[in-house]
Amino acid sequence: MDNFDPAAFAEYLSRQERKDLLRFLTCGSVDDGKSTLIGRLLYDTKLLFEDQLATLQKDSAKHGTVGEDIDFALLVDGLEAEREQGITIDVAYRFFATEKRKFIVADTPGHEQYTRNMATGASNADLAVILIDARKGVLTQTRRHSYIASLLGIKNVVLAINKIDLVGYSQDVFEKILADYNSFAHVLAFENIQPIPMSARFGDNVTQRGANLDWYDGPTLLEHIEAVDVRGAETERPLRFPVQWVNRPNLDFRGYSGTLASGTVSVGEELVVAASGRKSTVKSIVTYDGEKENAIAGEAVTITLTDEIDISRGDLLCDANQRPEVADQFSAHLIWMHDDALVPGRPYLFKIGTKTVPGSVTEIKYNVDVNTFQHLAAKKVDLNEVSVVNLSFREPIAFDAYADNPETGGFIVIDRLTNLTVGAGMIDFALRRASNIHWQAVDLDKHRRGEAMGQRPAAIWFTGLSGAGKSTVANLVEKRLFALGKHTYLLDGDNIRHGLNRDLGFTEVDRVENIRRVAEAARLFVDAGVIVLCSFISPFRSERRLARDLLEPGEFVEVFVDTPLHVAEKRDPKGLYKKAREGRIKNFTGIDSPYEPPERAEITLAGGMAAPEELADQVVEYLREQGYI
Amino acid sequence: MSASLPVKAHQLTHLQRLEAESIHIMREVAAEFRNPVMLYSIGKDSSVMLHLAKKAFYPSPPPFPLLHVDTTWKFREMIAFRDQAAEDARMDLIVHTNQEGVKQGVTPFTHGSSVYTNIMKTDALKEALTKYGFDAAFGGARRDEEKSRAKERIFSFRTENHGWDPKNQRPELWSIYNARVRKGESIRAFPLSNWTELDIWQYILKENIPIVPLYFAAKRPVVERDGMLIMVDDERLPLAPGETPEMRLIRFRTLGCYPLTAAMESPAATLPEIVHEMLIARTSERSGRLIDHDEAGSMEKKKREGYF
Repeated sequence: MDNFDPAAFAEYLSRQERKDLLRFLTCGSVDDGKSTLIGRLLYDTKLLFEDQLATLQKDSAKHGTVGEDIDFALLVDGLEAEREQGITIDVAYRFFATEKRKFIVADTPGHEQYTRNMATGASNADLAVILIDARKGVLTQTRRHSYIASLLGIKNVVLAINKIDLVGYSQDVFEKILADYNSFAHVLAFENIQPIPMSARFGDNVTQRGANLDWYDGPTLLEHIEAVDVRGAETERPLRFPVQWVNRPNLDFRGYSGTLASGTVSVGEELVVAASGRKSTVKSIVTYDGEKENAIAGEAVTITLTDEIDISRGDLLCDANQRPEVADQFSAHLIWMHDDALVPGRPYLFKIGTKTVPGSVTEIKYNVDVNTFQHLAAKKVDLNEVSVVNLSFREPIAFDAYADNPETGGFIVIDRLTNLTVGAGMIDFALRRASNIHWQAVDLDKHRRGEAMGQRPAAIWFTGLSGAGKSTVANLVEKRLFALGKHTYLLDGDNIRHGLNRDLGFTEVDRVENIRRVAEAARLFVDAGVIVLCSFISPFRSERRLARDLLEPGEFVEVFVDTPLHVAEKRDPKGLYKKAREGRIKNFTGIDSPYEPPERAEITLAGGMAAPEELADQVVEYLREQGYI
Repeated sequence: MSASLPVKAHQLTHLQRLEAESIHIMREVAAEFRNPVMLYSIGKDSSVMLHLAKKAFYPSPPPFPLLHVDTTWKFREMIAFRDQAAEDARMDLIVHTNQEGVKQGVTPFTHGSSVYTNIMKTDALKEALTKYGFDAAFGGARRDEEKSRAKERIFSFRTENHGWDPKNQRPELWSIYNARVRKGESIRAFPLSNWTELDIWQYILKENIPIVPLYFAAKRPVVERDGMLIMVDDERLPLAPGETPEMRLIRFRTLGCYPLTAAMESPAATLPEIVHEMLIARTSERSGRLIDHDEAGSMEKKKREGYF
């Protein structure tokens, strides 16, 4: 190659290497000229190839909306539906570079119905260019997009007051729109707002100064985005390393692969697994290109530790001295992204970092009117609405407030049936610390299992005469607990007598053995973290004492279903009292065998006096009061 | 890419950021999906993608196989390169051809590039994905390549019929990817979404990644048709009366099926020369691909039907 100069070229490459990257988005209302602006940027920075220009000229003639000129919007509106309708439906990513910087620009749609696509583009942007049509001034979408950009943590804004040519390049119009914008934007979390009068169509103040805008002495758009400082503080924040994948090529190597969300890590540093509190020390930082002494935010590495501790995908490795919070209930901002409204209490999946947990919105505190930023009372959150909600996750997670660390405070909401992404949220703070946080590491036990299920495991033991209503009430309680997302199981005569205790009869010895086995089974369920409901006549105090003693204090809840004998006998659902009276069944409780009522039952239910639903509510209320659920 | 600067002062370069992002995407796929596969087309982007996969899972080999959809019309040098690359990466290689298409004698000459591509590439790909039950497939597509690709998500959902619905893509925020699919549905994952052609070449240069020799200039037999230089890679290329292959100094900017891939005359025989030439080029890379010229919006149409 004649003009190839290896030394000059090497110097060129090294200059390319040192360039940093700015990601920004263009947003604003429909027809404010977002796509045109990007087309103009690409055109003026000579990033268009000849064949693309030829295609563009051809398309302009076919679909163009600007007469004989080149319609730059057709460069970015890539979908057929978009070109046909002349609108932007989904975010398009475009790439260009100048001598100073590389840029990825997300061109986002202006229509309200595509707000979720605007949020998609904004979530990875360092800066937002908010366009305003000078003829129309600040519109609802201007406010909505400003609000969402601020919510997602964007600090730098360019207020591009576009189509200034159509208002005679008027400084008055510019000043009025700016004052209008500032009157509401001061409540948003922007740090830097740069207003620029602009004509994207004719190129004024995009990459070159506008000849008709002498009154403006600020930077052009390109000058501003080449110079603006958007460097995040990721490396200065505490270390957060979400484990993505456990790397086990053989028995001798166990590494944790992931990308540093923030902070730095060095060999020899002490780390802690946020949720379990287990500590270890970094043994090595492994990459394909060799081991490293340290790694910084944004790097994808594999970390090995000096101790064999239990770590899996979804765990967060952290600086032992600057730990994240661990909680299962939060206050968060939520952007809803689906036609079906958010309904409190409905189970969804929440993905935060590399962890996916089931949970639900327990309360909508208020929706935000994106036009006035006022708080509105609400029972549901519709498509494109922003809401402040309380969340409850099935298990505690490690997190930081989104404002402190977007990587560990942002989450998406997934519908469990359709698998669609239906919302995105930003954690503000924990409502309460997860109970039993294990700052000191412990082995996996019933407490941790129960914690993972969002409950305190226990055996709820229903005792009372045959026909007292034990199973009816126990069934109702189980249904209510299940509806609350609790993990339960019901043991009763039906499922025990036919299996585990098939070999037992009704002699006194067999009846004691029956209860002993039931109590042992209940103990296993409690150990597994489950709330187990046991429905047995269990007439003798000694048997119930035996069951109680197998469990730890607080794990045995005795529920006496106190139904008078005459009421139970009148019900006689299985005709057993009749048979007992006729002498065809021996040792029948209440007839020819005693029932010893509990002396200190945790709950006594007045059977026969109230509806079973009401009795079940009393039990659930007790469990709630005592912190089992 | 080792950090020699003091940790606090060090910032990641542009390429380091792109590399880390791609690795993150690959690990998410490997961790979340039951049966992923990497589409391997043997081109420079595939070479970069494979290199990144080795990095992502090191010291383990990448935990998925490679899949090559072989139309039987690839350059011979590509096939040799493919087998070596899979072996070097310690990965299984699945080669799939639409046998029905072969039986029916579908070639670029007999059926035209559009029908041929649909049967031998799109149908073949769908057939392979269904046959092996893959629930995620990596592709090396970049957003700077083409307008409909510029719109596509990094995790791009596909229906049971492998179709893409560009108007109803899942929102995709931050670097959190929704990996949930039902049985039969799948995700196409694009770890190179944010790379540009220049990034790809710079990275190949920097990391010394092997690529198919066809990218480098050499004297090769070509015929000129409609202003495009087509290489005569084997005797199957039908020659028009009076058409004689001539030796010219050419190279390829993009690789596909040889009868559908135009060469460019170029003396660039080294990587720095290729990158340099690319920088002063005035046509985009896909202009060498005959299939994109069929009609406006042709890529979107193909993608909706299941093409990568």
